[in-house]
Amino acid sequence: MKDIVSKVIRGDSRAIARLITLAENNDPVAAEAMKRIHPYTGKAHVIGVTGVLGSGKSTLIYELTRWYRRQGKKVGVIAIDPTSPFSGGALLGDRIRMSELAGDDGVFIRSMGTRGMLGGLASAVYDVVEILDASGKDVVMVETVGVGQAEVDVIKIADTTLVVVVPGLGDSIQTLKAGMMEIADIFVVNKADREGVDQTVAEVENLVDITSMDNDRKTPVLKTVARDGSGVKELVDEIEKHKKYLKLTKEFEKQRRLRYEAELVEIIRKRLMKLIFDESTFKEKIENLLDKISKKEIDPHSAAEEILSKILK
Amino acid sequence: MERKIRVLIAKPGLDGHDRGAKVVARALRDAGMEVIYTGLHQTPEMIVDAAIQEDVDVVGLSLLSGAHMTLFIDVARLLKKKGMDDVLIIGGGIIPEEDIPRLKKEGIKGVFGPGTLCEDIVDFIKKNVKK
Repeated sequence: MKDIVSKVIRGDSRAIARLITLAENNDPVAAEAMKRIHPYTGKAHVIGVTGVLGSGKSTLIYELTRWYRRQGKKVGVIAIDPTSPFSGGALLGDRIRMSELAGDDGVFIRSMGTRGMLGGLASAVYDVVEILDASGKDVVMVETVGVGQAEVDVIKIADTTLVVVVPGLGDSIQTLKAGMMEIADIFVVNKADREGVDQTVAEVENLVDITSMDNDRKTPVLKTVARDGSGVKELVDEIEKHKKYLKLTKEFEKQRRLRYEAELVEIIRKRLMKLIFDESTFKEKIENLLDKISKKEIDPHSAAEEILSKILK
Repeated sequence: MERKIRVLIAKPGLDGHDRGAKVVARALRDAGMEVIYTGLHQTPEMIVDAAIQEDVDVVGLSLLSGAHMTLFIDVARLLKKKGMDDVLIIGGGIIPEEDIPRLKKEGIKGVFGPGTLCEDIVDFIKKNVKK
C-alpha cells in the first residue's frame, strides 16, 4: 500500500478506512504514513461532542451533519465507545443513529473503541482526526464515550467543544461542575421538549455566570431537540461564531498547540510502554523485579528507577 | 502490532427481530472483538458502505423474514463489486437447510441457524477470518 497516502488525500474511502485501522493497531506503516499526512492537515474544524450517557450525542451529530451537508461541507465523524477492560472487545453502536447518512460520499463515519485509553477518547483518535482532515473533510466531529465527570480529554483535540446535558439531571449538574462543566465552548440542553428544561437551562446559565466571570466570551447555552432537529440550525450558527472568535483572538493557535502537545505525549507514551512492556528483554527483567518486590528485597520505586535507567542510557 | 477483529452486525431489509443479532454481537464482544452494530432496516448499500468505512474483517447478517436469498446475496455481491472480497461474510436467522449450499456458493461462508452456540460462531470467525 505505497500510495495509501495519496489515496487518502484524494478522499478514497477504502484508503481512509485502512489507514485508520493501521493507526489503531499501532502498525509501523501507519507511523510512516502519518508523517506524510501531516503537511495536508489543519484545515478541518474539529468539533468535540461530549455529555452523559444517553444525552443524545449521536442523534445531535446526525442532525449537525445534515446541516453541514446542506451547506456543501464534507463531514467526518469519529464515534467512540468504551472497550471492555476485561475482554478487550467493544460494542460500537453509534452508527445506529446515523444510518440515514449512508450512501453520501461527503460523509465518513468511523466507530472506535477506547482500547484502554481513559479520558473519554481512543488512543488513535489524534491520528484519525488528521487522516479525516487530510482527506478533505471541512468538519470533523468527535463523539466521546458517555462521560461522567473526569473524562475531559476532548478539549485537547477539539477546536469547539459541545457539552450536551438533558433535563432531569437535577442536582447532578451541580456535581458535574468540577469537570465536564468547565470544558464547554457551547452548552447544549438537548431533549428540550422534556419537562424541567427551563430549570436545567437556568442551572447551566447559573454555572456559566460564575465560571465566565473573567472571560470576554460568555459560554452560550442552547436548547435543542435532536430527534426532530429543532434548535440545530442555531447550534450550527453558534459553532460558526465560536470559530470566528477563535480566529480573532489567537485562541485558535493556542488550541491547536494544545492538541499537538497531547498528541506528542500520546505518541511518546505509546512508544515507551511498548518499549518497556512488549520487548522480551524487559519482560524478564520486570518479572525478576516483581519477584524481588514480593520478597521485599526491593521496593517498587527503586524497581521503577532501575527499569528507567536502562532505557535512558 | 495489536490487531483486533472488527465485525459489522447488520439486519438487512424489513425485519424487526434483532434479539439474535444482539446476542451474537455481545458474544463476539466478549470474545475480544470490536463489534459495530448498525441497527434495523438496512439496505445492502448501507451495509456495504458501513463495512467499507469501518474497515471490518467480518460482516454478519441476520434475517428472519425469509428474504435472505435476495438480501444476503445482494450484500455479498456488492461487497465483491466494491473490492471488499477479503471480508468474511456470515449469516444467521431462519434459513432453510436447502438454501445453504446456494448461499455458500455466493460467498456467505458460514450460515448459523437457531440453536447455534455462540462459541461456535466465535470459533468459526477466528478460524476463517483473513489475517
